[in-house]
Amino acid sequence: MTATHTEPLSYPFNEEAGLDLNEAYAAAREADGLVRVKMTYGEPAWLATRYADARLVLGDRRFSRAMEKEKDAPRRSPVVRDGGILQMDPPDHTRLRTLVAKAFTMRRVELLRPRVASLASGLIADMKAAGAPADLVDAYALPIPVAVICELLGVPVADRPKFRVWSDAALSTSGLTPEEFERNREELRDYMRGLIAEHRVQPQDDLMTALIEARDVRDRLTELELVDLCVGILVAGHETTASQIPNFVYALLDQHAQWERLCADPDLIPAAVEELLRFVPLGAGAGFPRYATEDVTVGGVLVRAGEPVLVAVGAANRDRLQFDDADQLRFDRAENHHLGFGHGVHHCLGAPLARLELQEALRALATELPGLHLAGDIVWKTQMLVRGPRSMPIGW
Amino acid sequence: MSWHVEVDEHTCIGSGMCAALMPEVFTLDGPVARPVTSSVEADETVLDAADSCPAMAITVTDGGREIGPRP
Repeated sequence: MTATHTEPLSYPFNEEAGLDLNEAYAAAREADGLVRVKMTYGEPAWLATRYADARLVLGDRRFSRAMEKEKDAPRRSPVVRDGGILQMDPPDHTRLRTLVAKAFTMRRVELLRPRVASLASGLIADMKAAGAPADLVDAYALPIPVAVICELLGVPVADRPKFRVWSDAALSTSGLTPEEFERNREELRDYMRGLIAEHRVQPQDDLMTALIEARDVRDRLTELELVDLCVGILVAGHETTASQIPNFVYALLDQHAQWERLCADPDLIPAAVEELLRFVPLGAGAGFPRYATEDVTVGGVLVRAGEPVLVAVGAANRDRLQFDDADQLRFDRAENHHLGFGHGVHHCLGAPLARLELQEALRALATELPGLHLAGDIVWKTQMLVRGPRSMPIGW
Repeated sequence: MSWHVEVDEHTCIGSGMCAALMPEVFTLDGPVARPVTSSVEADETVLDAADSCPAMAITVTDGGREIGPRP
């Protein structure tokens, strides 16, 4: 099958409020070939929605992220983002990734479990002391990953209010003009340059010090790569987890019997987290287009060299060819090779840490606040790369 | 000089990291990865793959001595 001549569909499909997966995805998954989509800015793209196609595009070296830099990439705002490590291919990508990979392996991250568990318990104690209602986002979902990534990287946790503004802007899809985006990025970089300078004078036992050593002693990365890597770890290290904690709670309360099961049997939590990572479509839409470096057949369509493919992991995670009862939330899946953390060389660097944080955040809520319920209207984030509540009032 | 490569099928999570990095050494034709060949030419990228594996499922040995993942 070759390209169809119909108009590309307007993209992204999903509503920003809530966590529904738009029905256009199911239609695209069931149809032959790939769908053509067009975002507000940039060239049209192919959209991969099936699990097998998604895994192929994300995991095959014939697809490039770096090629985006020379293209009019599909995007939701006029801003052209400098994607840092997310916009590199091997071997450049490998050079940077291996510098930080060690800090995020399962073995290393597991050592943080008691710290994360006690953080979560402490925050719940604070919420209880202050009395209901509480904002699950501000009082719980943000402080956990922020504290963990700050301690790991070497950033003062007291600066959270500052970098929440920067981080929001960095992940904004259309709320900012290119000038505002640029100014924000430079502020965040300057902030990080200041911390790096402090660490050079006074080395610490943290990831920033290790990266500085990789630059100053081993010349493994440039100064700007060092700055952007630290910025990237700080932003990516908390925003997604801070969104998924309330998202998971929202999904569980929506299917209340599942919440009750977790409260009754917290041993189910690791499986529940995997299932929620599969089930909850975090993105408002697929981003980070992959460009074919040669002609590649995907889902029966010939994708020509130089053409972009967007990968809808939320849709692929509900592919019934891969998952039985794909639209059901089930904690008893024998195998759950979801794409919630992506796939291939860009597979989420922080996946083991995110997993651990999500597990401990849910465990503390299920054991200490089994009566958890919504106590007001959720305000959803808008114009962001990831979906989730901006505020979520809860009682218990 | 050649190295020996193993993927622990029980710890591998199928992230696709290694297969994307070195398709000539690793393949992901099922849910988890496996080496295409257990013996590979000495190449630092193999060690990079072992270092990058989020599950630490890859072991590289040189004449019985473990050289990857690097400490």
